Amino acid sequence: MNFFGFGRRRSSAPIARERLRILLEHERATAGQKDLMLVLREEILAVIGRHVAVDPEKVMVKVDRGSTMSTLEIDIEVPNVEMRLVPA
Amino acid sequence: MAKVLVVTSGKGGVGKTTSTAALGVALARDGQNVVVVDFDVGLRNLDLVMGAERRVVYDVINVIQGVVKLPQALIRDKRIATLSLLAASQTRDKDALTEEGVAQVIAGLRERFDWIICDSPAGIERGATLAMRYADAAVVVTNPEVSSVRDSDRIIGLLDAKTEKAEKGERIEKHLLITRYEPSRVARAEMLSIDDVLEILSIPLIGIIPESEDVLRASNLGSPVTLSNPASAPARAYVDAARRLKGETIEMTVPADKKGLFDKLFRRRAA
Repeated sequence: MNFFGFGRRRSSAPIARERLRILLEHERATAGQKDLMLVLREEILAVIGRHVAVDPEKVMVKVDRGSTMSTLEIDIEVPNVEMRLVPA
Repeated sequence: MAKVLVVTSGKGGVGKTTSTAALGVALARDGQNVVVVDFDVGLRNLDLVMGAERRVVYDVINVIQGVVKLPQALIRDKRIATLSLLAASQTRDKDALTEEGVAQVIAGLRERFDWIICDSPAGIERGATLAMRYADAAVVVTNPEVSSVRDSDRIIGLLDAKTEKAEKGERIEKHLLITRYEPSRVARAEMLSIDDVLEILSIPLIGIIPESEDVLRASNLGSPVTLSNPASAPARAYVDAARRLKGETIEMTVPADKKGLFDKLFRRRAA
């Protein structure tokens, strides 16, 4: 940053530091473990599969990892013909 | 028809990932359907440079091992609709990347995209040879510096020997991308010139990317320089290179940032 620093863009290093902090926190916590997202996907699909036939290719999983919380978005195409609930 | 492009160099740290991201954005902003693929299994970083590190669920190894289908592993860029990322795995064994698996992934990508840009790992081992294996064209990233030029020469040899195209007796298109170029140091004869590098490597030049603080800033932000600061000198150089890849003829220049009087007076001393 120079003496005539007005008009200069906001520094980018704090953004880089924050991005790395969130990422590494997550990677260190999950090192050597089975990916939680894979486990959740398998189990959620298994539950739904008890009621309807789901094509594994019609399942989209999205994740957004944050510092205090993450979001998991699972988009499943359920065929209409099988919508009746099977009694347990 | 889809085109598979490998971004390679032999030497690490010369700007392969930065260039993959910047060229991918430039082509996608030009309306092309682009996927950038990270082949650096175990040490992925393209996701970070693309700003998608928080959104990786599946990777190329998951696709090869059949855990998920290809479309499920593609991460759509939030800023550019025609740009996608296929991440490398972070933890799994390097041997999970097989020749048949890579062939199958590349074939699937060819059906979906105009450009498949493969970011090669450094070195000349399995990851690097598989990244180039099915390429139609290669961008050899080179810094004007002795060890980088030497390693690029090795990589050019591999491109002519180990790619599927070469084995079939066809020619793989090779393009030289010079990065971290500093005209002032070349003028003072402190740095190899473009002509020096071209004379040694003798492959056609696709672009000259000047050394710039905007490149570091772009990776800090997770936004490739062609997106975060399209008016900057390196971004203009990458956009020109991308247009040349598409076959356009554009005069070769080294874009420079316009400097004010203050910069000229004060920053030279600091440099």
